[in-house]
Amino acid sequence: MKEAISSSGQIRRLPLHDIHLKLGAKIGQFGQWEVPLYYSSILQEHDAVRARAGLFDISHMGEFFIKGAGAARFLQDLLPRDVEKMEQGKALYMPLLKETGGIVDDIILYRLKSDAFLMIVNAANVEKDFQFIRSNQNAWQKHAKEALESVNATDDFGLLALQGPASQAILEKALGQSFADLAYYHIRETSDGFISRTGYTGEDGFELMLAQDKLPAMWKRLFEAGADAGLVPAGFGARDTLRLEAAMPLYGHDMNEETTPFEVGIGWAVDLKKTAFVGRDALLEQKGKGIQRKLIGFEMTGRGIPRDGYEILSGERKVGKVTSGCFAPTLKKNIGLGFVIPECADAGSMIEIMIRDAAVRARVVKLPFYKRKKAEAL
Amino acid sequence: MKFPKELRYTKTHEWVRRNGNTMTVGITDYAQKEISDVVFAELPKLGKEGRQGKPIAVVESVKAAFDIYAPVSGKVTKINAELESNPALVNQDPYGQGWFLELEASAASEWESLMSADEYEQSLKQEKH
Repeated sequence: MKEAISSSGQIRRLPLHDIHLKLGAKIGQFGQWEVPLYYSSILQEHDAVRARAGLFDISHMGEFFIKGAGAARFLQDLLPRDVEKMEQGKALYMPLLKETGGIVDDIILYRLKSDAFLMIVNAANVEKDFQFIRSNQNAWQKHAKEALESVNATDDFGLLALQGPASQAILEKALGQSFADLAYYHIRETSDGFISRTGYTGEDGFELMLAQDKLPAMWKRLFEAGADAGLVPAGFGARDTLRLEAAMPLYGHDMNEETTPFEVGIGWAVDLKKTAFVGRDALLEQKGKGIQRKLIGFEMTGRGIPRDGYEILSGERKVGKVTSGCFAPTLKKNIGLGFVIPECADAGSMIEIMIRDAAVRARVVKLPFYKRKKAEAL
Repeated sequence: MKFPKELRYTKTHEWVRRNGNTMTVGITDYAQKEISDVVFAELPKLGKEGRQGKPIAVVESVKAAFDIYAPVSGKVTKINAELESNPALVNQDPYGQGWFLELEASAASEWESLMSADEYEQSLKQEKH
C-alpha cells in the first residue's frame, strides 16, 4: 500500500482516528495519512464485504465543489466525458488529463444541480488536482464571462463507504428512508450531506459525504442499524484486495501521469466524439498510432504472489512490469495487474513474473477477476 | 503474546528451538500478529547453506512479502512443506505447526548470540518507543 508521497511530509489523521484505535485497528500509513489497515484481519473484512457489509472510513479523499453559471461549460471544455449531458443527481467516473493525454488523477464527478458539481479525488492528489482545476479555470475565464467558482472542501468533509450486499438494507434502517430508487452512479442530497451509490469494492454500496463533525454520529448509527446484518468495520487492506479483484485501477500504482486512459483500459471513460477537452489531441493521435503497452490482468499458474514493481517476462524477454498484486481472498488465487507490450496482452497468453530470483508462470485473463452476481437490475 | 522460555530469538523476529546441533526456526507470535494473515510461504531447498543474518525463506501476508533470516549458520535439513498448502498455520500456531525449517548448525556458538525470551520482550518494548 505504497502511494506517491505527498510534497509535504506531515502525517495526517482521519477525523475518526480515535474510534479506529478503540476498535483495535492496526494503523498504517497510506500516502501522508495514518489509516486503519485492518481491525480483525484483512481476510475476514474482505469476506464480510463480499457476503454482508463493511464500513470504511475514507475521509482522506478530496472533495471539490465547482459552481456557477459557467460550471457545466467549463467542465465540458476541460473533462473527457460529456458533462453537459449529465442529469442532476448523475455521477461519472473519468480521468483528469494533461495535454499529453497522461492521467493527472481518476475522479468521480457528480452533478448536484444544473450549476453545481462535486468532484471526489484521490487523497495523494488533492493539492495537485486543485491546482490543475484552478489553472484551467484561470485560462477559461480569460475568454468566458459566466460566473465560475471552485472550492477545495477536503478539510470540511469526511467520507464513509458502506459496501456489500446488505448495504441498502442497513442504510435504510439507519436513516429511515428508502434508497431503492437511488440508482448505481447517482447521488442524493440529505439533511447532513450527500449519499451516492458508488464504491471501490465491486459490490453494491454507498458513499456518504458528511461534514466532519457529523461523522462520529453517522458511524455509530450505521453500526447500530447494521449489527444484525453483520456489518463490520473494514480497513484499507481489504479495500485494496476488494478493488483489485474487481480490477479497479489504483492511481499511483496502475496509472500515473505517464500513462494514458487507453493504456490503462479506461478508454470507455473518454469520449473522443466530444469536439474539445484537455488531452483530446494527444489521445486521438495515440488512437491512430496504437498503444505501445497495455494494463492487463493475470493470475499465477505457478507458486508465488505478484507485487508492484516485479518484472514481467515472455521467455527471456522483459515485456513489462507488475503494478498491483495480491492473494485474492474470494478467488483463492494469486492475481495481479501490470503493463505489458501489446503482443502479450491477449487473454490466454502465458507470461512469467520475476519473483525474487525465479520466473514464475502466469496467464493473462479477462478483466475483471471478480464480478458480483446482481440480485436485481439497478 | 507468548514467548516460550526455552526458545531463543532474533531482533528480526525469528525464534529458534535447539536440539543438539539441530535448530528449528519460525517467526514469533509478535511477528505473525504484525503481518496478519499469512497467505504464502517460500521455503529453501534441502541442503541450502544458510548464513546467520542472511535471508533463508520468505513469508507473505495479504499485503506484502517479508524475508526470514537465518538465526544461525548451517545446512537446511528439513522444511515444513505443510505451510505450502496451509500457510495460515503460521498465524494459528507460530511455535508449533507453523515452524518453517530446520538447520544443522555449523557453529553452535552462534546460539549463544541469540536473545532469551526476556531479552526479546524487552527489545519489543523498546521498538514500540
